[in-house]
Amino acid sequence: MPDPGTEVRTVPGALPDDPAGPPAPAERLEGRLEALRREGRAALVAYGVAGFPDLEGSLAAFRAMAEAGADVLEVGPPYSDPLIDGPVIQRAVTAALDAGTRMDDVLGLVNELTASVDAPVVLLVYYNLVAHRGPKRFAAELAAAGACGAVVPDLPPEEAGEWLEASRAAGIAPVFLAAPTSSDTRLAAVAEAGRGFVYAQASLGVTGLRASLAAGIEELVGRVRAHTDLPVCAGIGVSNADQAAAVARFADGAIVGTALVRRLADAGLPGLRALTTELADAVHTARPSGR
Amino acid sequence: MSDRLVVEAPGPGAAEVAHRPDPLGHFGDWGGRFVPEVLMAALDQLTDAFEEAIADPSFGAELDALRRDYAGRPTPLFPARRLSEELGLRVWLKREDLLHTGAHKLNNSLGQHLLARRMGKPRVIAETGAGQHGVATATVAALLGQECVVYMGEEDTRRQHLNVVRMRLLGTEVRPVATGTATLKDAINEALRDWVESVGSTHYSIGSVVGPHPYPLMVREFQRVIGDEARAQFLEAEGRLPDLAVACVGGGSNAAGLFAAFVDDEPVRLVGVEAGGRGPQPGDHGASLGLGEAGVLHGARSYVLQDPDGQVLPTHSVSAGLDYPGVGPEHAFWKDAGRVTYESAPDHLALDGFRLLARTEGLLPALEPAHAIGWLAAAASDGRVAPGTRVVLNLSGRGDKDVETVTSLLVDDETPADPADA
Ligand SMILES: Cc1ncc(COP(=O)(O)O)c(C=O)c1O
Repeated sequence: MPDPGTEVRTVPGALPDDPAGPPAPAERLEGRLEALRREGRAALVAYGVAGFPDLEGSLAAFRAMAEAGADVLEVGPPYSDPLIDGPVIQRAVTAALDAGTRMDDVLGLVNELTASVDAPVVLLVYYNLVAHRGPKRFAAELAAAGACGAVVPDLPPEEAGEWLEASRAAGIAPVFLAAPTSSDTRLAAVAEAGRGFVYAQASLGVTGLRASLAAGIEELVGRVRAHTDLPVCAGIGVSNADQAAAVARFADGAIVGTALVRRLADAGLPGLRALTTELADAVHTARPSGR
Repeated sequence: MSDRLVVEAPGPGAAEVAHRPDPLGHFGDWGGRFVPEVLMAALDQLTDAFEEAIADPSFGAELDALRRDYAGRPTPLFPARRLSEELGLRVWLKREDLLHTGAHKLNNSLGQHLLARRMGKPRVIAETGAGQHGVATATVAALLGQECVVYMGEEDTRRQHLNVVRMRLLGTEVRPVATGTATLKDAINEALRDWVESVGSTHYSIGSVVGPHPYPLMVREFQRVIGDEARAQFLEAEGRLPDLAVACVGGGSNAAGLFAAFVDDEPVRLVGVEAGGRGPQPGDHGASLGLGEAGVLHGARSYVLQDPDGQVLPTHSVSAGLDYPGVGPEHAFWKDAGRVTYESAPDHLALDGFRLLARTEGLLPALEPAHAIGWLAAAASDGRVAPGTRVVLNLSGRGDKDVETVTSLLVDDETPADPADA
């Protein structure tokens, strides 16, 4: 695998030998998470479905989450077969598709969002949407829209050759998942292939609310750290402020999806803003060294 | 079976088309493993268990005994004389409709449930479309004392209600799936979601040659008994190979099982028949190979019916078992290699095929293989299949489950007269 630092990136001004230029999108994401780490704080990574409740509404929702303290935004383009998502996100995705949300709309939303918020934006996108558009084109479009990376939850490293090449060329971070079931050999491969952060799957199962955090999540984060200096964020089943705070004590970030999507559906923007504030406070003050 | 599987790379003389995929399950550009990381370990475990099992004579012996004593194998290869006369062909039917539970699906279930037991997994889950794979799953789970849950699209629970009842009687929990299009595709999504959560104790028994590696390879190997028997039976009866082998293609397991035995026999023409539905408009059919594009669905790269964004399209077929927007990756490989031709038969031809076989041979076919019969009849009448051609057609299942559907679709003058009204 070529050293990511030595190759040509197509993002204007992002060539590694151009010290005056802005960093590549992947570096911006890593830089943000590492800066928080140096401050002794964890990040709140906040997920939403692009096009839910509608396109404008989702743009407003992402902005509201950034204003309320989310450190990284995760934008999910709706997909017909979201197989790692539970009922809450499935319903939001179906609504977004029924409302006619297309990938061009999602890219437009990302473009507007990144122009107006400082938080790095990553996508959570199922691989067929990437494959069908063409990995190279999609990665370039993401970079052009100002996104820093993408989590592709159904793409393990061994199938990611084309996507890795495309995301490297565009300078965006390919984020991979680590699971409680992954062997150390697999964790090494996940850590080696990824950039941005490693997404540690907090619980067995699909996205959704859980009464308690899965027992093995701290151990998994530790096992991932043995293989990489990349930030490690944990998500899937992180359901409330207490759980997010618990995750923030050992991980570099807590990823929250279902709880936010559900709050947006039930209580609109004011409710979403309130929950994001609560989660952000919990995450940012979880460690004694934190603020 | 095992002698074919231990071959790592096609050896000399085996340079034709049939082989095993690469270690990650790629048939050329197709197949592979596009699944969440959480499932990768289970797929590795399953691959190892499968490779060990087929190299273990005691596994083969147990499977063979169940095939013979429980399922009723070998199934006959029946020369269909009146059908042949009517079509001007020589047609033999591979009688998978006579297999216990009424379709070829049981071949796969026997293999997978024995593997589940070998892996120490007490719970088996499955998806089902027509309900035949669900019934086969429920049946073998009862036979081996395994806990069993079957996911089935809500739409399919209505049109295949009889099979829902059968599964429940066999002690299986049937969970209707209301998400998405509420058919087979969504039942697979839901089964995968269950598996992501339950992977430590649960085996997911996929019902066709679809899904991530090792499923396409494994299910083909469990189904190839169809083709191996049919080839030997034909040779014994005729002293030569058939000219043409035909099977319907939903996910593609009965076709893969038949074709696997013939794929190296270059002169044997192979035709897979997909669901033409109401016509070629998006959403009106299930012809993934004929009208789909490369994509990733349910863990493998293959031909997928999808819109310009890569959103998977709804499908339509009169038969629930062919109502699926994807297809097994090895079929994509065979199509590209030019080894198998994929055709389609619309709903009305399938109904024609259903009635033709009923009338000429006293056999009610399932609506899935009725597509193959309907296509063959049409192809014989317009010369795409020459007079006198020797054909093996896979009668993959019997039609009891479809009687209501067929009755409701026949227009008045075709409705069988009720003697009580006469
Ligand atoms: C009798 C029968 N034939 C064919 C099929 C289609 O599946 P496959 O293409 O995997 O053989 C089904 C599926 O339910 C079936 O029940």
